[in-house]
Amino acid sequence: MIRTLAKQIGEFKWIAIISPLFMIGEVIFEMIIPVLMGQIVDRGIYGRDLSFIGTTGLKMVIVALCGLCCGMLGAYTRAKASAGLGRNLRKAMFDNVQTFSFANIDRFSTSGLITRMTTDVTNIQNAFQMLLAMAVRAPGSMIVAMCMSFYLSARLAGIYLVAVIFLAIVLFIITKTTTKYFKQVFEKYDALNESVQENVTAIRVVKSYVREEHEISKFDRAAENICRMFISAEKRVVTIAPLMSATVYTCILLISWIGAHMIIGVGGGSTLTTGELMSLLTYCMNILMSLMMVSIIFVMLTMSEASARRIVEVIEEKSTIGNPADPVMEVADGSIVFDHVMFSYREGSGEPVLKDICLSIRPGESIGIIGGTGSAKSSLVNLISRLYDVTDGRVLVGGVDVRDYDMEVLRNQVAVVLQKNVLFSGTIYENLRWGDPDATDEECRRACRLACADEFIEKLPEQYDTRIEQGGSNVSGGQKQRLCIARALLKKPKILILDDSTSAVDTATDEKIRRAFAEEIPETTRLIIAQRVASVENCDRIIVMEDGQVCGFGTHSELLENNTIYREVYESQTGGDRDFDEKG
Amino acid sequence: MAQEQVKEVKIGPGRHGGRGMPRPRIKDPGRVLSRLFAFLFQSYALQMVVVALCIIVSVFANIQGTLFTRTLIDSYITPMMDASRSGAAVDYGPLARAIARVAGFYAIGVAAACVQAITMVYVSQGTLKRLRQMLFAHMERLPVRYFDTHAHGDIMSIYTNDIDTLRQMISQSVPQLLNSAITIVSVLVSMIFLNVPLTILTILMVVVMLLSSAAATKASGRNFIAQQKNLGAVNGYIEEMISGQKVVKVFCHEDENVERFDELNEALYQSAFKAQTFSGFLGPINAQLGNVSYVLCALAGGAIALTSDMTAGTAAAFFLVLVQLFGRLSVGSLASFLTFNKNFSMPINQVSMQFNSIIMALAGADRVFSLMDETPETDDGYVSLVNVDERDGELVESEKRTGRWGWKHYHKADDTTTYVPQEGDITFLGVDFGYTDEKMVLHDIRLHAKPGEKIALVGSTGAGKTTITNLINRFYDIQDGKIRYDNININKIKKADLRLSFGMVLQDTHLFTGTVRENIRYGKLDATDEEVVAAAKLANADGFIRRLPQGYDTELHGDGANLSQGQRQLLAIARAAIADPPALILDEATSSIDTRTEKIVQDGMDKLMKGRTTFVIAHRLSTIRNSDCILVMDQGRIIESGTHEELLAMKGRYYQLYTGNRPETEERKN
Repeated sequence: MIRTLAKQIGEFKWIAIISPLFMIGEVIFEMIIPVLMGQIVDRGIYGRDLSFIGTTGLKMVIVALCGLCCGMLGAYTRAKASAGLGRNLRKAMFDNVQTFSFANIDRFSTSGLITRMTTDVTNIQNAFQMLLAMAVRAPGSMIVAMCMSFYLSARLAGIYLVAVIFLAIVLFIITKTTTKYFKQVFEKYDALNESVQENVTAIRVVKSYVREEHEISKFDRAAENICRMFISAEKRVVTIAPLMSATVYTCILLISWIGAHMIIGVGGGSTLTTGELMSLLTYCMNILMSLMMVSIIFVMLTMSEASARRIVEVIEEKSTIGNPADPVMEVADGSIVFDHVMFSYREGSGEPVLKDICLSIRPGESIGIIGGTGSAKSSLVNLISRLYDVTDGRVLVGGVDVRDYDMEVLRNQVAVVLQKNVLFSGTIYENLRWGDPDATDEECRRACRLACADEFIEKLPEQYDTRIEQGGSNVSGGQKQRLCIARALLKKPKILILDDSTSAVDTATDEKIRRAFAEEIPETTRLIIAQRVASVENCDRIIVMEDGQVCGFGTHSELLENNTIYREVYESQTGGDRDFDEKG
Repeated sequence: MAQEQVKEVKIGPGRHGGRGMPRPRIKDPGRVLSRLFAFLFQSYALQMVVVALCIIVSVFANIQGTLFTRTLIDSYITPMMDASRSGAAVDYGPLARAIARVAGFYAIGVAAACVQAITMVYVSQGTLKRLRQMLFAHMERLPVRYFDTHAHGDIMSIYTNDIDTLRQMISQSVPQLLNSAITIVSVLVSMIFLNVPLTILTILMVVVMLLSSAAATKASGRNFIAQQKNLGAVNGYIEEMISGQKVVKVFCHEDENVERFDELNEALYQSAFKAQTFSGFLGPINAQLGNVSYVLCALAGGAIALTSDMTAGTAAAFFLVLVQLFGRLSVGSLASFLTFNKNFSMPINQVSMQFNSIIMALAGADRVFSLMDETPETDDGYVSLVNVDERDGELVESEKRTGRWGWKHYHKADDTTTYVPQEGDITFLGVDFGYTDEKMVLHDIRLHAKPGEKIALVGSTGAGKTTITNLINRFYDIQDGKIRYDNININKIKKADLRLSFGMVLQDTHLFTGTVRENIRYGKLDATDEEVVAAAKLANADGFIRRLPQGYDTELHGDGANLSQGQRQLLAIARAAIADPPALILDEATSSIDTRTEKIVQDGMDKLMKGRTTFVIAHRLSTIRNSDCILVMDQGRIIESGTHEELLAMKGRYYQLYTGNRPETEERKN
């Protein structure tokens, strides 16, 4: 995991290596200062030597300036390296997601992917910056302070060593156990917020079943539980500070006692000066504060571990569908053949969604597909443009197995208008040109005419230059569907698949679109999935799907005669029985 | 329509401050703060006193400890050194006693700090818990209007952002601030004890440090704003493209996406790099200013020592105090650096940082309180719905579920209680209604649903169909006119009982996290497993539920995201069926179920509707054709009513809708 992340530092490697060096410089300069201060006490104040204080003071200012330079350079390199890592991580993920197949996308939820690319990257970026700033600095200043203490008095420094080891062990145990606690707490905490969200969105359900008290007591229990967990985790954390001060105090007292003996000396042989004692006491603070920083870094790193794991998962995810070695670059015609196709969403164990499908569709045919909820209509058509790979059997387009085509070639010739379709922010022209970046204005308008989208577009104030908001939120459902159809038409595909793409379009317009297809692009093979029999009854042939199998394939009149399911659907919708099309 | 005003709820990237976070403004921070403290003291007065005492004790112990250096050097080491030099025997006894005494002080100080820290944990977490519980309980009691008029994202952000910042303030900033306060106060007192002029000098230096970091903060602020803007752009782009990733694949648009993303990502990198650099400068600047302060104090101290009688001990102690002070400041800046990174707020500066986080928390508290100040749903109803039994031709209240319902009506005037059978007779008498007083959406609605009748509402989007159902169960109160239920004004009926008497299945199906079984049981909390299955069978949901990986025990997450819209509707119908309500409201309840399945569900629905007054909104004719009365609505008015045949014969709007012989409908935006 670390290696994958480290690789993403890329061109910022050197800067990331240099950065801690500046920190070391800063630490060393900082550590010189207590020595100089001790000298001021010993020689300046005891010795009443103001000029010594002046020169030493000047030295201190110079040292401080050097420290400042190192510090600023450190900050600069650190910022560059961490911002760079963030950039590279985002890019690596985004690039890899672009290679994802539908199966990959299904595995990660959309919101999950977004969080990984935004919040998680930010977490890692911050942790990295912190690491560069503190990982060297804290242990570094601890080591330097320790060395200086040993230099001043090995005997007294020994006390620090013992204290540091003791504290390090205690801190390690505390942080280790609490991070585990905190992880659990935050998971529960997220779950709590999710349940609040459910209540907000489903408030009508709560109120109409008069379940307010039920929800409140549910929430109370969860909140109580979280409170208890938080307390047990934080109780441990807050003991750190008193523990640290207890250690500092013990050190101070021990050093005072032993130091006093050393200063006074046995028989006048003093082995320590008062100024040195003071420097030692200063280092004591330094060492313990560094230790505290180390523990903070430790906590922070364990906290960001989850983010790191989530990011690495995305970067390392391999696309389940790839181009073949020697791809076919041309689609001969719009014929489609399903040859004993089996398909399941989960490899191996999953229940087959499509069972032994055999179909043969001629170029230029119009095919209706009808079937109940969950009868695998969408799964069937998704195999044609190789959005998913078959589990067994083969799908042939233009007489060639779809797995032998170059994917871009295949998908440009097989245009799918998905059930859950989206428009992107940008003008209508920009959206349409997703289908063909080189399409002229005239071609765009023609596609809209075919999809019956021209009428409403031309009524818009800026017509084809009207901006579509993200997700197409400023056009109605029916308008969106028609724009999506127009966008697909611009590909000039050999096969056009409409997956329930006119459900929000009123019946009359729906019919008009279908008529336009038949007249204007008769050579294109059309597959139309629909709920309404009216939408498919004029197709050349109709596929009736039931529970992952084709249970009827024929013309409208044939099916009416010999397919019970089709007849039932037809009857449930006819007798003049149509929808009150109000969705427009 | 009310439901359509509701905006999509978004949690996710925005939550952690992906978007720019302007410095919050609150009208009256003092009032919010005092209210917050009042809330804190309400339940933790004793604990707060303990905390205050502990703080005083630790400050006192700290001062004693700090001053000890002076005592050590001046009263013991120096005289003993002199004694040792003059050859006299050195007596370490007094020193040992002094150290023992200070050790005692230290022990008390540490103990006090411990007690204070742990008490604060209980206080802060307990307060947060109570705050959350009160907030949620209050929210549940707010009228539907509140949820319709406030973006769900905003309500959610009270829980996720505002309570979170409060949590950080109470459990991090406050203890930190207390800690700093203890140190600063004890340091200050010790310094004054030691030497007044040097203290003044030190304070001046601290002020310089604060001013310089404030200036640097301001300078880096611009870059931070740019960073936030770019971050928002990148996050927005990611959100849009990842949401549409399948479409991207279908159109082979990957390369273009990568190109655009690289541009945005590069811009973010540049601004992030600049912002971080500038804020990174603050740490070293502060640290070195601290060092320069030492030098200045040393010079001044030296001068004072030479000209006056300042002892070496005093000077040494003073330097140590300085180290403690500035060391605390730099650790403080580290800690705030951490929180700063988490919050994405302003750059590192301990004091201004803590101040900032408190201001942010107060702004959060302000929003929390303003939700708590929302008026909850009032309920003046006193007529309740009870199970009744008939005894000797009289209705009597019954404990058991008798299958018969009655209204228990208490008459204040003559102190009597009467029981009226619940039959489901609903009348609208000249009802006018508007979501705001300025704009009426329903005009003079008159309708009469006789017991057991099926009433269908048809009409185009925005005609006011859903609004009518919102009125029957009093999600909203009407402006004028009357609605009577079994001849009782619905305002007199307890809201809970009124709502329980209706089973509602809405177009937007909402399910809860939990198993399928729990979701169905939502309609009747004490339902047995058999009842759950029976209800599922009635709704024709049993089949698909059994095919789920864990059947009835399959966990649903995120509003049932793992189910299709149609399956969710079937579950919602099962949920309504198990409640066995006397009356039903079905608002596009089967719109996402395919016609064939619907036909099967319809049988169940017909069974469910039998003998119950039912309001049906549907655009599918098969769902409404057999209604007893069809009301055709347009722009808030009922323009036609009657049975299917009657309406057809009328050759009016219904006929037009039905036969499709109508002028091109104008497009309506959803």
